[in-house]
Amino acid sequence: MDYLQLFLELAQSTVRLSTPLILAALAGLFTERAGVFDIGLEGKMLGGAFAAGCVAFVAQSAMAGLLAAVVVSVLLSLVHGYASITQRGNQIVSGVAINFIVAGSTVILGEAWFRQGGRTPALSEGARFQVIDLPFAEELRGIPLLGPIYADLISGHQALTYIAFLMVPASWWILYRTRFGLRLRAVGENPGAVDTAGISVIWMRYRAVICCGILCGIAGAYLSLAANAGWTKGMTAGKGYIALAALIFAKWRPVPVMFACLLFGFLDAFAIRYQSTPLPLIGKVPVQLMQALPYILTVILLAGFIGKAIPPKAGGVPYVKER
Amino acid sequence: MSTPYAKLPGWVEYGLIPLVNLVVAFAVAGLVVLLVGESPLEAAYHMVNGAFGRGEYIGFTLYYATTFIFTGLAVAVAFHAGLFNIGGEGQAYVAGIGVALACLWLDRFMPWYVVFPVAILGASLFGAAWAFLPGWFQAKRGSHIVITTIMFNFIAASLMNYMLNRVLKPLGSMSLETRTFEAGGQLPRLDWLMSIFGLSVGTAPFNVTFLLALAASFGVWVLIWRTKLGYEMRTMGHSPSAARYAGIKEARIIVITMMISGALAGMMALNPIMGETYRMQLDFVQGAGFVGIAVALMGRSHPAGIIPAAILFGVLYQGGAEIAFEMPSISRDMIVIIQGLVILFAGALEHMFRPAITRAVLAFSGRGRTQAAAKGA
Repeated sequence: MDYLQLFLELAQSTVRLSTPLILAALAGLFTERAGVFDIGLEGKMLGGAFAAGCVAFVAQSAMAGLLAAVVVSVLLSLVHGYASITQRGNQIVSGVAINFIVAGSTVILGEAWFRQGGRTPALSEGARFQVIDLPFAEELRGIPLLGPIYADLISGHQALTYIAFLMVPASWWILYRTRFGLRLRAVGENPGAVDTAGISVIWMRYRAVICCGILCGIAGAYLSLAANAGWTKGMTAGKGYIALAALIFAKWRPVPVMFACLLFGFLDAFAIRYQSTPLPLIGKVPVQLMQALPYILTVILLAGFIGKAIPPKAGGVPYVKER
Repeated sequence: MSTPYAKLPGWVEYGLIPLVNLVVAFAVAGLVVLLVGESPLEAAYHMVNGAFGRGEYIGFTLYYATTFIFTGLAVAVAFHAGLFNIGGEGQAYVAGIGVALACLWLDRFMPWYVVFPVAILGASLFGAAWAFLPGWFQAKRGSHIVITTIMFNFIAASLMNYMLNRVLKPLGSMSLETRTFEAGGQLPRLDWLMSIFGLSVGTAPFNVTFLLALAASFGVWVLIWRTKLGYEMRTMGHSPSAARYAGIKEARIIVITMMISGALAGMMALNPIMGETYRMQLDFVQGAGFVGIAVALMGRSHPAGIIPAAILFGVLYQGGAEIAFEMPSISRDMIVIIQGLVILFAGALEHMFRPAITRAVLAFSGRGRTQAAAKGA
């Protein structure tokens, strides 16, 4: 029973830590599949988290916070879209710029508005997303094995967590089973063909970028309204880049994205839980190695040692209509 | 890269357009200052005063500029070969090991002018080594250099955390840093250079690394525009297919370019470690690798542009500290915003004002020509 308890604890924190990664990685999936590279996931998440923290505090409502996060993140996405789609600028440079602008301005504005030293005021229970207990969680707890799994692992998360996991099949359906998804993927592989079919490449890519903004906003709101009680300086702490790594690790496909995020979330949870306890067989693993593992794995994958990660063909290339 | 734009005279291409981009970036930053409820003009005054008001301030400005020249050159060299090295941060961080090892080994019984070249070598070697793998992966395995270098930044952070925690930290010490170097590991300040201009350097850590940075800038100019290797790099940057057709070995150029880029980023580590703190501290790079991106974009990847751009960022860093002191609601994070805006307007949106400027310039020079023609007739 002890082991089950241990497993559940780890699994729970894995789910908690993977939720923002899943949302951000799916956000990246939409733009990158449409041919717009985005290393600004980190900045958009942070901007969303900040907006959510501010508005949820002022309006005392989690939903208002979520809405603000989505709005801010979509606006940042549109800046990225304007630079990389309309102005045909370098998409990577634009993403880097957004990360810096957000990292700096959230701190400056947060300090000017709230004066709490790099954080928004702590949110009361009502202004945060509450843990949802699924029906019969307590009643079913008695069932061996499945009961505790249902009660402690599947039940007992905030709404945004469920949304994140539901977004995985939803994204799959949108990308692979709708006309919009087909066109979106086509725009990332062969924009010329899409253009020939009479569909606007520019508008398609803008819509993909907006989808990315919405999901990044939700990811940000999760950080400041569900995982924490408010925004703190630099709270994304590289999660946007881990999400990017997960996206590549999953070779730009929705369901593997979820598993990659769960893996990276698990590594994180494991590193936190076993910082100082020696492991059987391996001995004591330095916590720094655990922290670096997602990045190392991604590098190895990208180098083609575990399968091959082939990015969308037209990724990173601005579309120029033939004259 | 094909440019669908008309060819413009040099002063417009390299002077006017970057200037307009820069002015817009600062104007937007001014809006942020307004939003916070402070006066942008007052902020600008404190910044200029804080950066140039006294010899000591100028010393600090040039000290920061030294760091940014190295990281700017690193990004620029890679740009010329069509590579985007975002990993300057990690390369500089790991290069710290090279500097620290040289100092820890020699500082007790060698003068600085013996330790310095060894440290330069160490910094370049470690920096180049950290850039080698991303370059090699791109050249041979086709993985995207941007992603790999980002990942290597994070791996470097973990590695250095481990090194300082377990290996380089003196026994019994609590803080994450090496021991303080003796005289051999301390670079002399450039008091004499400042006193030529009648200024006193004060406590500013303005040191001989600055001269190395200038030498490196000249070296990069020679490399890119006066050597066969530089020519091959630029050819590849302009058109990889043309380079391949001309028999240039793509993989070799990618790896060499990345190693040069990494070595340049690595030399940045000399400045804070041997020039200021005399020990290697956790997180000593402090984002300088990323500032290099803004510097290279603003300086249009030419050393003659990179040096002023680096000085401008030195002004931002040193003047920004003064603003933060005088106007507490504008902390040093303002610099991060400006850095982002410069990257946005001088980099991603560099062509935004080009059509308008082109039209204005053509209209202006066109009118001049018709007037001259009318006079001649």
